[in-house]
Amino acid sequence: MIFKLINRKLLTLLKVQYSNMLEYRVEIALWAISGIIPFFMLNIWTNNNLNESINISDVMLSRYFLCAFFVRQFSVVWVVFSFEEDSLMGKVSPYLIQPLNPFFRYFAQHLAEQITRFPFALIIAFFFFIFNPESLWIPNLGILLLSIVSTFLSFLIQFLIQSIVACLCFWTEKASSIERLLFIPTLFLSGLLAPVVSFPTYVKSWIYLTPFPYLIDFPANLLSGNETNISGGLSMQILWIFLLFPLFKRIWSEGTKKYTAMGS
Amino acid sequence: MNLRKYLKVYKKFLHTSLASELEYKTNILVDLITAILSLVGSIFLLSIFFQNNGFIGGWKFEQALIIQAIYTILNGITNTWFNPNLTEIVKHIREGTLDFVLLKPIDSQFFISLKKINPSGFLEIMLGFFLLLFCIRINQIILSLSFLSLSLITISCSICILYSLWFFISTTTIWFVKTWNAIEVLRSFLYIGRFPLNSFSFSLRIFFSVFIPIAFITTIPSEVFLGLSQLWKILLEIIVAAVFIKTSRKFWLFALKFYSSASS
Repeated sequence: MIFKLINRKLLTLLKVQYSNMLEYRVEIALWAISGIIPFFMLNIWTNNNLNESINISDVMLSRYFLCAFFVRQFSVVWVVFSFEEDSLMGKVSPYLIQPLNPFFRYFAQHLAEQITRFPFALIIAFFFFIFNPESLWIPNLGILLLSIVSTFLSFLIQFLIQSIVACLCFWTEKASSIERLLFIPTLFLSGLLAPVVSFPTYVKSWIYLTPFPYLIDFPANLLSGNETNISGGLSMQILWIFLLFPLFKRIWSEGTKKYTAMGS
Repeated sequence: MNLRKYLKVYKKFLHTSLASELEYKTNILVDLITAILSLVGSIFLLSIFFQNNGFIGGWKFEQALIIQAIYTILNGITNTWFNPNLTEIVKHIREGTLDFVLLKPIDSQFFISLKKINPSGFLEIMLGFFLLLFCIRINQIILSLSFLSLSLITISCSICILYSLWFFISTTTIWFVKTWNAIEVLRSFLYIGRFPLNSFSFSLRIFFSVFIPIAFITTIPSEVFLGLSQLWKILLEIIVAAVFIKTSRKFWLFALKFYSSASS
């Protein structure tokens, strides 16, 4: 019964947000374009033959970076920035009265944006294959499904981390600078700019204990058919979600108690 | 007389924006840590590239560090002046406050480009300078007056090009209203300024020197530092910078003709 109700609410939210997002098609297209950094990196790697030292062929590396691009496209999270704006503008107060956690609203917003983004990402991939026809491949259905699941899990991890940071808005006014700080390790350690395999051993020894390689490197390796530990990666992703979710609930309940609305 | 007036106004701008930014002192600290981590991250990435190769695009690691230093300085300048001001244009146009700017007895481009300042960017500029000094030591560059003036000229040209690029994109807001994401696209393109131009493939090199002259921004000043640059390159950069500044001015005046104020 309760599940049904949440389901219906989520579906409505999703519909509303999707039509909202469709209004901003051009922006989302631009946003999709702004994610092409992995392709520049690929260019450096292959143009200088750097991949020979890590035993990945040109084709596999280009698939890896294409998949990294895709995973990044569908795991971009900006909840801190929305929440910060809403809380500074005092929009959070009416949301708090509603019998639904406001984060469902943001969650639906992100999902709707991903649906809108999908065709643009496909167009970019299409151009990628025109320039690199030899890297075209079709992953088998099982792998495809698994990588969609792991991309979604990566999105969930990032959404939870950012939601926790967003809740800091209850204490400080500018939580987005903390998010920008957290973005740096995400950028360099997640595998967006260089596959984690290529990292020096002193980094590789501890990096798999952090959530970062599971954000992009693991799903991208999975999808591109590079070597990876599937069950290990998925279980680490799930483990991180189980660790982060209670933390989010805790900080949310503490924060809402602290919340004093505008002007008080 | 006129110049004195503008200097006086700028002093007031500095005072007000510093006062409002220093309200968020912890924010500045967080931004400093972000800048340091970001530099560490890019050096880490660079070290991965150089792990098994002595050269990338003909550059040694120590030489490539100069590019990082110049990129950091320019990024600091972007964060101090361009980013806070030029993202504000979007707000001015959406909320119709550009009217107030236009009514003031002062040049609108001056007002819009220099109104705000973000002090945390200074720390990044300093960080870049320290790295640059370190690079000068490890590359055993001999400082001389002609060298200093040449490097100063090329860096100021880079700043002009960078400013014009930002200003172009922000000006298009007059037609498209929301261009945050176009700024994101520019940002992701600027990212390649962290690496020597020669490390990219030929087609990308052409693209980034003819269409979006990011190549000029960091590579040419670094070549000056290493004493590798030819005179025609420096001259070309000066010409490009002059053309860019001139066109950005023209473009702003042209765009203003299309500004129809809010709700009209």
